[in-house]
Amino acid sequence: MIEWLTGLQLAVAISAGLLCVILGLAGRKPTDLTMGATALVEVLLLVQFVAAIVAPLLGNTATGSVLEFYTYLVSAILLPVAAGFWALVERGRWSTVILGVACLAVAVMLYRMMQIWTVQGL
Amino acid sequence: MPTRLVNCDNYQAMTQQQTESTAPTRRVTGIGRLLIAVYGLLALAATGRSFVQIAETFSDAPLSYSLSAVAAVVYIVATIALVRRSPGWYRVAWITISFELLGVLLVGTLSLLDPALFQHKTVWSVFGRGYGFVPLVLPLLGMWWLARHPATAPTEPVMRA
Repeated sequence: MIEWLTGLQLAVAISAGLLCVILGLAGRKPTDLTMGATALVEVLLLVQFVAAIVAPLLGNTATGSVLEFYTYLVSAILLPVAAGFWALVERGRWSTVILGVACLAVAVMLYRMMQIWTVQGL
Repeated sequence: MPTRLVNCDNYQAMTQQQTESTAPTRRVTGIGRLLIAVYGLLALAATGRSFVQIAETFSDAPLSYSLSAVAAVVYIVATIALVRRSPGWYRVAWITISFELLGVLLVGTLSLLDPALFQHKTVWSVFGRGYGFVPLVLPLLGMWWLARHPATAPTEPVMRA
């Protein structure tokens, strides 16, 4: 797991999440902006997925459970897709909030993934 | 451009209000959608964790890990029950959500009184602290929402007044 990439990803996921939650609570239905922000979170997750496969080959191996890491990663990849699908079906303000909740959940999962990869013995 | 946006929002707010007040209860509307989304999220989190626990170290703590699996299944059933708005599923939703509240209170209390009993984490340990106390708050929100939105039979006329 590349730390600067994960840090960038965390920042994007938190910003996108807050943006969507605030706009959603303000009554906006999903727009290109909120859908785009969620899509960006998803793209970065896919980059992370490739990076997680390549990194161990270059000597950057996980210190914790690899299975747990991938369970988080695969779940996280599913979230923006599910929320985005929901936003396409239901074009209401709560769909925008749900986009935001999904992005924030991805942020929490990324944080856990980083712990699994780098920090042990807590 | 700004005025158009505002008009758009007003229109949207209006139609949404209309939908919320006249929609048959079979369709989940408004904040209920958010509740379902968060339930789905928790179901995913609990399932993921119990999958890892059971696959990797089940023999370490069969009690904790079985409990995790049961909790995961109950969250999944509760999510489905909230989506399906029929009297049968309404009852299922009450049962599963009550079970969750009972579980988080019981396991939460036991994990504080006798930490040795639940050394390995479950979704309900210390009132769901590992999950930002969402497992404690969510059943209460769920019950509040269910109480305010009783399901009517699909065949029943929607408006009787």
